[in-house]
Amino acid sequence: MTSRVAVTGLLALSAVYFLFPLWWLFVAATKPFGQQFSGNGLWFQGFSLFSNIHRLSVEDGGIFWRWMLNSLIYCGLGALIGTTLSSMTGYALAKYRFTGRNALFGLILAAVLLPQILFTLPLYLMFSRVGLVGNPLAVLLPSVVSPFGVYLARVFAAQAVPDEVVEAGRLDGAGELRIFGTLATRMMMPALVTIFLFQFVSIWNNYLLPSMVLGSDSTQPVTVGLVGWNASHVDVAPAYVVVGSFVSIIPLIVAFVALQRFWRSGMTAGALK
Amino acid sequence: MPTDATTAGLGATSKRRAGLVGKGSIAIFVVPFVVLFIAMYLAPILYAAGKSLFALHRSGLGLAPPTLKFDPWSNYSRAFRDGAFTGGLLRVLIFGIVQVPVMLALALGLALLLDSRSAKAKSLFRLASFLPYAVPGVSAALVWSFMYTPQSSPINHLLGGLDASIAFFSPSVVLWSVANIVTWAWTGYNMLIIYSSLQTVPEEVIEAARLDGAGAWRIAWSVKVPMVRSALVLTTIFSIIGSAQLFNEPTVLQPISQGSIASTYTPIMSAQVAATGGDYPYAAAQSVILAVLVGAVSLIFFKLTRRGDDSL
Repeated sequence: MTSRVAVTGLLALSAVYFLFPLWWLFVAATKPFGQQFSGNGLWFQGFSLFSNIHRLSVEDGGIFWRWMLNSLIYCGLGALIGTTLSSMTGYALAKYRFTGRNALFGLILAAVLLPQILFTLPLYLMFSRVGLVGNPLAVLLPSVVSPFGVYLARVFAAQAVPDEVVEAGRLDGAGELRIFGTLATRMMMPALVTIFLFQFVSIWNNYLLPSMVLGSDSTQPVTVGLVGWNASHVDVAPAYVVVGSFVSIIPLIVAFVALQRFWRSGMTAGALK
Repeated sequence: MPTDATTAGLGATSKRRAGLVGKGSIAIFVVPFVVLFIAMYLAPILYAAGKSLFALHRSGLGLAPPTLKFDPWSNYSRAFRDGAFTGGLLRVLIFGIVQVPVMLALALGLALLLDSRSAKAKSLFRLASFLPYAVPGVSAALVWSFMYTPQSSPINHLLGGLDASIAFFSPSVVLWSVANIVTWAWTGYNMLIIYSSLQTVPEEVIEAARLDGAGAWRIAWSVKVPMVRSALVLTTIFSIIGSAQLFNEPTVLQPISQGSIASTYTPIMSAQVAATGGDYPYAAAQSVILAVLVGAVSLIFFKLTRRGDDSL
């Protein structure tokens, strides 16, 4: 009994720590515009969330929603293509034997060990050479490459796709791509959702790359836009940053809650035996 | 997978079973990724390494445009004499030595609590701890900057009742204010990886330990923790890499840090300053140094912990 109280108490304490800033953000976003930092930070003071969102929507020519759309395109498209490429490569590494297989896997594993942020600077230089700076492709192209995704896909394909199933597909006369597309991907689904979410979050999280390779306001993702607003307190009131931050994290939280059944089982694979 | 010896005499279909599929079909799976991997990962590293061997020379009066000369050691020796850069390296090292163990101990502790028989409302706690991971790094830094700013800080507002306050941006505290943001964002993520791994510990093993008279603490420490070692190795390596990348949080806090965070606070920030100043070769050299150091530290840690363990 005492242990139950202690365990629940400690878990509750940790939940308070994790939720505290998010609660503050929610409360602040609902306060009357301009009063985000006044009064009790942890309790409501009127409810102006919707009028705040309206003000956010018209500020600076409505650029906020453009930024959200950009983020969604960069992350959604990047994660979708990235997951496809990673899962195909991981599946091939797990199920086929070919020359250079181990060398390729070693190289991919080594790439997992290097901070991705280090590639940004040379990428910027290379993109400026070929005239890609300012082009959304400069954000998309690096985003679709996920060595960690390949690693996860390989681990999971080895565990979840039995050789017998692949063999049965072949006996039925299906091509390799078809076996992968119709049989293997279904068995790898939890891993695919996990890879997609990891990839999505890491693109959404990547601030340095878009802030370096994109010039104009209209192509920026929402994170870069908000930091820009935050840095220009004179032009844009901090209240916009608060409301914008709140609105910008809602899609991710919704995605995580909705997909938690999948990513939880996918993470089991990533965590290994 | 059958060995070559067993498949040798069994005809074409069984040979294919061993993974001997036509080169063409394998290429369809692997080539698109490999091409992009070369272009977006290998090429930038080689490009940076190459660039770093050229030094920018300015003429005496600085009137003519600077020229590039092949001078392989110049940027590297300059980086190691550059107090701002070495200071940033040292800062990140101290940061990592403190933050990584604290965060992972917290993650492991929470995972064990969540895994224990006494835990209630598990899915709720799991979700609460994972939510910060869904918040983008710069957004988390923005939100925490509001927590820290003296005028608005709800933390100091609460502490005010106790006549206490924390100077989050004072020079001796600011690094730990940054560390707190990173810990907040990543503890739940690491906890979930460890927790997932805990789920795979066989129930019989735990039952056997219990029959031997081991208490909850003893089971956690002597049975469960050793079995999640590979998850701990994985999370540690990711955290080491994460520390080296320290950029978003200090960059967001910098304008409001009242000077406690310099523009060259971390190695990446320092390389960024060199790059925006037009000195790409020097920025490249700094990136290469950091990459080599991180790669070395991760590899050493990996080798040290991997002995006799092939599960990774």
